[in-house]
Order: sequence, then structure tokens, then C-alpha cells
Amino acid sequence: MSGAFIISGALVYGEKAADVAVVNGVIVPVGDAPSTAVRVDADGLVLLPGLVDLHTHLREPGREDAETIETGSRAAARGGWTAVHAMANTTPVADTAGVVEQVWSRGREVGLVDVYPVGAVTVGLKGEHLSEMGAMAHSRARVRLFSDDGICVNDPVIMRRALEYVKSFDGAVLQHPQDLRLTEGSQMHEGEISAELGLTGWPAVAEESIVARDVLLAGHVGSRVHLQHLSTAGSVDIVRWAKSRGIQVTAEATPHHLFLTHEEARSYNPLFKVNPPLRTAEDVDAVRQGLADGTIDIVATDHAPHPVEDKDCEWAAAAFGMTGLETALGIVQSVMVDSGLMTWRDVARVMSTTPAAIGRVSQWHGRPIAAGEPANLTLVDPRAEHTVDPVSHASRSRNSPYAGRVLPGRAVATFLRGTPTFLDPRCEGAFA
Amino acid sequence: MKHLLGTQDLSREEAVLILDTAAQMAATQEREIRKLPTLRGKTVVNLFFEDSTRTRISFEAAAKRLSADVINFSAKGSSVSKGESLKDTALTLQAMGADAVVIRHWASGAADQLAHGGWLHGSVLNAGDGTHQHPTQALLDAYTMRRHLVDGPDGKGLDGLHVAIVGDILHSRVARSNVHLLTTLGAKVTLVAPPTLLPVGIGPWPVTVVHGLDAALDGPQIDAVMMLRVQRERMTGGGAAFFPSPQEYTRLFGLDGQRMARLPEHAIIMHPGPMNRGLEISAEAADSPRSVIVEQVANGVAVRMAALYLLLAGEEQM
Repeated sequence: MSGAFIISGALVYGEKAADVAVVNGVIVPVGDAPSTAVRVDADGLVLLPGLVDLHTHLREPGREDAETIETGSRAAARGGWTAVHAMANTTPVADTAGVVEQVWSRGREVGLVDVYPVGAVTVGLKGEHLSEMGAMAHSRARVRLFSDDGICVNDPVIMRRALEYVKSFDGAVLQHPQDLRLTEGSQMHEGEISAELGLTGWPAVAEESIVARDVLLAGHVGSRVHLQHLSTAGSVDIVRWAKSRGIQVTAEATPHHLFLTHEEARSYNPLFKVNPPLRTAEDVDAVRQGLADGTIDIVATDHAPHPVEDKDCEWAAAAFGMTGLETALGIVQSVMVDSGLMTWRDVARVMSTTPAAIGRVSQWHGRPIAAGEPANLTLVDPRAEHTVDPVSHASRSRNSPYAGRVLPGRAVATFLRGTPTFLDPRCEGAFA
Repeated sequence: MKHLLGTQDLSREEAVLILDTAAQMAATQEREIRKLPTLRGKTVVNLFFEDSTRTRISFEAAAKRLSADVINFSAKGSSVSKGESLKDTALTLQAMGADAVVIRHWASGAADQLAHGGWLHGSVLNAGDGTHQHPTQALLDAYTMRRHLVDGPDGKGLDGLHVAIVGDILHSRVARSNVHLLTTLGAKVTLVAPPTLLPVGIGPWPVTVVHGLDAALDGPQIDAVMMLRVQRERMTGGGAAFFPSPQEYTRLFGLDGQRMARLPEHAIIMHPGPMNRGLEISAEAADSPRSVIVEQVANGVAVRMAALYLLLAGEEQM
């Protein structure tokens, strides 16, 4: 399968139509492709570098009822991703070299995407003692990113030490910005709708105060900090300010915070319960603008699969989180590209090149589409309008908030080092 | 009306119809034989995920006086970790053929989920969900106010009346239901609470807010004052109390004899119960002739009879 093929007539970065040839997993000049090369008709399709997710919950080990490395990898491939960063909040927690190597090697066995484990900042995600980040960094899993995601590194001293410590192996701390004290029992964005619904509020300030603290800490100790899933206009402003001061901060936005608002909570449908919560329309607009102007560096899914029973219950009893690997591209196209805020080249930047750079995997992913580069590629059909049906998703879980919504496009083929990891019926024929 | 989930969905016409029907129901309760045959053969389930003997027996009495079969289903102890029990319980009740489910639940939104989850076909009556809504409490409050404060109440709303709701608005489903219903019926509402016990985001609520009972008494004439129950643990919770001390709360928000004397002659004193005597209300106020607190309980049965009647038997008329 990974022999030789020519992607014919694709709009490279959504720009000029061209042929792109791949031989043995590497992009080659079209003239160098053998005459036996398979031809993939990509007329009207957009060719992007394979997408890189900096924020994925694969749930294995521990919650294989929600997702496994295999099902999550398949979901990722179908969504156009060639690399995912697996969050550490598994059972056991990925806070030792043993666990991250297990995740890394299982990812390689499955072989559908490159799985890069994220290590925990603190032992057991408890926020008390730094985990052995050096051991994880020097393990075969070569961990560069550390996060207690799901839980904020709340203690400022622990956060400072973590930021300093990861410098020795060019690492970064991914912070889940949420002041724990301000969000005890929180269920949804604190505002007019929470007041009416009687659900405990998750105030924007609980995110913004940690964002502000951590950019100042990163500036103070000269470290890299990456802020996860920014959800408020205030957070975007603070990051913009920090960047203007030269602080090494990067930030991500999720598809759902680009698309959905707290109005969804009126249904009391726990599919819309997520952490940080869905915010106001003004916040959504600010996050979109921040992504468009580069304040927010990347889109990351925060793909958070949960079994049905963790969502088919009272709002307050339900788990936080929603799936996202298989819908992210369609949402980004809808809210950022079709709206005119971004080009497809920008999409390549925020969903491939920059996340690969933050994850320190740029030698393999987020590469230019050019001869000599590894053939990690995603073909997008921007006119494949479709209704989201979570039952058809490859993820083991069904907790997509977009069920029944119409998205304008999606990935139709994904190649990892030249091997097709996903082909929709349109592209399948060429490789049959 | 298929369900009664909250007061925000009630039109003025519907609300007045419920109050008028409640008045008819109350009249039947003066007769020697108080039981009506109206709901014979119907099954009403009282599904209580949270203890509330008062509310449960009120609904039970209402259903029984309409000749419905009543099943009490206490699901207390169903913990957060066993969240699916709401769905399973609903499926069980559906299989048993419940015509109406009266639900009390600790989780905001549970009644909406029960009504719209596709799990059961019967009517759902919200008997209090988390800190969201408690519509029959607001209806019985409105009924009580109308009886005392409106001449020839039948067919009328509460136009022009001024109601002060005092206490923990943040955690109160009674307050949320009352704000909607009183406004729909034409009354003006003043919320009296410390800022810590008011939700962030009440800007759009059609209310006036003041931060002390004296300030409320200094303002426009109050026709009814509704004292909310204050939970002592909210005052003393470790490091995150909503108020410095019960004593300070009583000083600033408690209704005592002196403050009662500043109310106009006709004003009534209300409380959804159970009361913390000496905290939000003094014995002098609670036991005064202006207190209608015991009558609220009696009116609760009539209002719940009306709600059950209109949901289960009233389809032909409505």
C-alpha cells in the first residue's frame, strides 16, 4: 500500500491545484514517480499536512470502556490526524516512564497515528509532588509535554518548579487553567443562564486568573507554558498581552469553544457539559478572533470520550467532556474558513505545523508539502456536507455534541508516512 | 398542559386557570365528603430522590382526594455515582403505567430530563429540582396572596402587588419559581439578600434588588413578605461561608416584631417552611395574625389537586 501513488489535482494548502507524488512514504518530485504509481483523483480536494492534535484523551490504560488506543487512533485517522498527544489522566496515571512507554508502544503497534504520550506534571495528578519528568523525557516515549489536564496545577510554587524543571529537556508544561477553589462543584459557565437554570457557576475569572498567573510565572523563569482550551475573552486578552511582552506562551482553542455557547445548557443535556464550560457568544467570538490573529496558536480537540452511562444521567452527575477527533476539521472549516477568518494555509498552521512545533515533533510532523518530506498528509473534501451521526464514528464513545448538525466538509483520506490510514469510498478505489 | 416543570413556561391564562381551579378544589374540601372521583383509575407516582416529607404528603393528599392511585417511590440514596438510576427508574415507572410522575430531585434539570428524555409517556410534575424550580410552591404562594390581597380573586392575577422575597436566592428554587410567576401575574418583586446569596447573572430578572430588610421596608409599600429558609451550614462552611455569622444574618435580614410593625396593616408574612425560628424569622412574626404560613400548607393541597386535575383530567376542557 505504501508503494507509490500520485495525489492528482489537489488544491495544495487550498491554493493551486497540483500533483503530489509519494514513493515509499516520502514525497518525491512528480517526475520521479514510477509509471505504475496509483493515481488518486483529488480534484476539488484540499491537501494539508497531516493534522497534529495536542490534546487527546485515549483513555487507555484504565478506561477501555470509553476508548482504547486502537479505537482512538482510528477515530483520529478518520478525522485527518496523523499524530495525537495522549493526555496523562489515565488509570494508572501516566506519571512514570513505564506508563508512557506502554502508551507509546501500543500506539506504534496500532500504527494508525503517531501517539505521543503527555506525562503528568505531578504524581497521580494530585498537585503535590513533581512526577519524574526527566525519566519520562529520556524514556523511549521521549516525552516533551507535561500536563495534569483535567486538573489545574493549582499551587503556584509547584507550577513554578515544573516550568523551571522542564527546561532541561526543552519541555513545556500544558496548563489546564482553572482555579480549583473558585470552581468547587461548578457545572457550567457562571452567568445569566446558570442563574436561571440553578446550576453552579464556573466563572470566567477562575480561568483568567490562572492564565494571568502562569504567563507571569513563565516570563519570570523564562520557560515555555502552553495554555489549554482557552474559553474566555479575558483569557485571549491576557495571552495577547503576554505575547506582546515576549513571554514564551502558546495557547489552544477547542472546536467546541469555537462553535457552541452556554445556551446549549438549557436542554440540560449532559452532552454539552464540558470543562472548561461552553461560554457566551461574545467569548466564542473572541476565541475565533484570537485564533485568526495568532494570539491563540492552535486548535486542539480535547477529545474526551465517555461511555453512555456517564452522560445519560442528571447534568450534575454527568462526566465533563465531548468527543472531537472526527468533527474538528468540519467545525474549523465552518467557523474559520467558510466565514473568511482564515485560509486553508492557516488551518495547516494551527492544526499541524504549530502543534507539531509546540510538541517538539516537528522533525516528523507538520512538515511542508514538498519533495523529500515525509508523506504525512490529509485530503479534505470541503464540499462533503454531511450530518453528524455519532453512531457512525470510529471512536468507541458516542458523546458528540454535534449529533444531527450539518458540517460543511471532512477528511476523506489520511496518510501516515505514505500509508493510507483512512480512505473514504471516494479515495478507496484507487488503492483497491 | 402536558407537564408542569417550571413557572417560566406558564402563560398568565394558564396560571390564573390553575389558581381558579385550586379555588374550586379548596371549596370541595369544605364539604363533608372531601374525596372527588375525578382521577379514579389514574396512577400518580411520587418519585422522591430527596427527602421532603412535607411536599410528598401534600402531593399524596392531593392525589388521593382526587381518587387517584398513589405510589410512593423513594429513590433516596441514589448517589451521584449511580446517575443512570434516573433513566432506569423512569423506564420502570413507564412499565408500571404511571399516568403522572411527581418528581423531587437534588439535581437541577432532573424534571426536564424526565419529561423530555423519551423514557416515559406520562405527565411530569416538578416538585422541586435542585436549585432550579419548584412551581407548585410558587403557585400556592400566589394562591395565598390572591386570597388575602385581591378582592374577588377569581379570574384575577396579582396586578400591582409588591412582594419582597428575603434570603438565600442563590440556592432557592422557590425564589426562581416565584420571580417568574409573580411577574407573569402582574406583581412587582423585590429580592432582599446579601450579594453573596444572589446569583451572578440576574441582570435580566424583572426584579429590584436590595441588600437589607430595612432598605426594603424603606422602599415602596410591601404587600407580602416571603422569608426563605436559610441553611445554617451556608453561614459557617469552612472558609467559604456566604455570611459571617447567623447573628449578623438575623440582624440584617431577619423578620422580627419591630420590622413586622413597619409593614402596612394588610401585609402578609409567608414562609415555604420549614422555618428556622430565631434565624430568618422570629417567633413573634411567625405566630402573628399576619402570618399565613400554616394556611400556605393547606393551600398547597388545593393547588396540587388543581395541577394534577388539569394535567390528567383537564385535557378535554383545555
